[in-house]
Amino acid sequence: MTQVATKAPAAVPPTRRRGRYSGVGRTHPLVALGWLAPALTLIVGVVLYPAIMLFQASRSRYSITGLRKGEAGWTNYAHVLTHPDLVVVLKNTLIWVVAVVVLTVLISLALAQLLVKDFPGRRVVRWAIIVPWAASLVITSQLFVLLYDYNYGLFNHVLMKIGLLSTPIDFLGDDRFTMASMVVVGVFVSLPFTIFVFIAGLNAIPDDVLEAAEVDGASPWQRWRAIILPLLRPALLVATVLNTIYVFNSFPIIYTLNDRNPGFTHDTTITFMYKLAFKSQEKDVGMSAAAGVINVLLILVVVAVYLKIVNWREETR
Amino acid sequence: MSRTRRPHWLALWGALLALAFLSPYVVMILGSLRTSTDVKTTPPSLLPRVWQWNTYATVLGDGRFPHWLTTSLLVSTGATIIVILISIPAAYITSRFRFPGRTAFLLLVLITQMFAPTSLVVGLYREFFELNMINTYGALILTNAAFNLAFAIWILHGFFSSIPTEVEEAATLDGLGRFGTLRRIMLPLTLPGLVTATIFTFIAAWNEYVVALTLMIDDAKKPLTVGFRTYVTGYEQHWDQLFAASVIAVVPVVVLFAVIEKHLVGGLTAGSVK
Repeated sequence: MTQVATKAPAAVPPTRRRGRYSGVGRTHPLVALGWLAPALTLIVGVVLYPAIMLFQASRSRYSITGLRKGEAGWTNYAHVLTHPDLVVVLKNTLIWVVAVVVLTVLISLALAQLLVKDFPGRRVVRWAIIVPWAASLVITSQLFVLLYDYNYGLFNHVLMKIGLLSTPIDFLGDDRFTMASMVVVGVFVSLPFTIFVFIAGLNAIPDDVLEAAEVDGASPWQRWRAIILPLLRPALLVATVLNTIYVFNSFPIIYTLNDRNPGFTHDTTITFMYKLAFKSQEKDVGMSAAAGVINVLLILVVVAVYLKIVNWREETR
Repeated sequence: MSRTRRPHWLALWGALLALAFLSPYVVMILGSLRTSTDVKTTPPSLLPRVWQWNTYATVLGDGRFPHWLTTSLLVSTGATIIVILISIPAAYITSRFRFPGRTAFLLLVLITQMFAPTSLVVGLYREFFELNMINTYGALILTNAAFNLAFAIWILHGFFSSIPTEVEEAATLDGLGRFGTLRRIMLPLTLPGLVTATIFTFIAAWNEYVVALTLMIDDAKKPLTVGFRTYVTGYEQHWDQLFAASVIAVVPVVVLFAVIEKHLVGGLTAGSVK
């Protein structure tokens, strides 16, 4: 799926026509199982088993201190689905994921374009860009809480100094600005990884293809639109799918920046789930587990639909 | 990409870009050098009013900090080693051989990729509670390894697939077995992929928060991400120490990245072996 090499069916050299999987061997399933066993053990033991435990928890009743008190059937799901704040939370999740992923991909495309060019100091710039990825999300979020602050924040200070604002903005307390402020941080920390995916994608485009286009008299925009963009497709796919998964599951940014605000006005499904178990009036593990199951199903459906739209099977052979 | 004719203009844009990405962290470094009360003053000042140079010594001398750092290093390194050792055979066998169940396995990997430890935290807690593994490094190492395995298998699978089979056939003719071919021929060619999987897993494990917050109750066993938070609570606000600790925490990752960055760039898409 991460392959950048173009796979034009017509271009298969005749020497390789030795059946469908030329040069690829067959092996006995038991032999293969030997090679896969460690991976399977880890996936089953630490991903699937907790998923089953989560499902069980979602069908149990819990005391406010977290003790299991018996079967609950589907009532936890009913409670989540009829929760008065669910619509707001779902709407927030949609805005959060779409805004962060779209902005991240667009900005990264432009910046990667710059960073593949040769210029003095390019390595240092690349090192600088890694920092928001390398720094803990909790810390970056905490840092932005301070930068956004109404009284002590540098953002307000600078904006007022240069005359863009006459009075400070309460970025994290004013409902009109909270989501946008969180999206800015979300994009900021998602850029490094995405930029590097695109740098790798751009590096994999052979120079002679671009030179041929230049010789043919294609304008820079035509070259980008007709050659670079199609060849970047695998990188775009990786960037979009992985970012969607990470942004959807992102916890520290929203949890930290939204800490001051009561209720669920700016929560996404992930922080909603966490607060149900540990921070809300409900303190209900069962309900939180049900919300967790719904989360997993939601992301499965979203990614499956996306992969279907972009025809993922083509990319994997 | 073709060489540009005006590299100096680009260098200027590059410098501005680097500055934009670093500026919040410059604020962080400056924050570690001011007194705790100086962090919250109106109007804010960019430079410390009083330079306080001993914050780093305070943090490093704090009995808890070395424990947190040890946990973070142990968990990230352990998880990374496990991921690499396990993903290599899985990626190799699925990219080079066809067998019943292959597609099912790759689909399972893809689905695993969509699970985040955060959404499964209740299930993870219950599992490790039953196994009596709350407060153990093993629980965190296994969790981080399991949730980053899918990405590593993906990357390496793409890599192995892109290596021409002729290379391998030659090795087989020379009498190398399946294992020998993998070790002597394939792995050196996939070095960028291995590097990518390494840095990706290491960063993810280094910054994992929610599971560590839930599983590591013992103060001395917390990783940095969780330990940090005790510097600024409702009761005491040591912003200077929080920032200094954060600066120290970023260093290992940036160093690791600087050392292997050259390979990373080739690694994020299955590289073309020329």
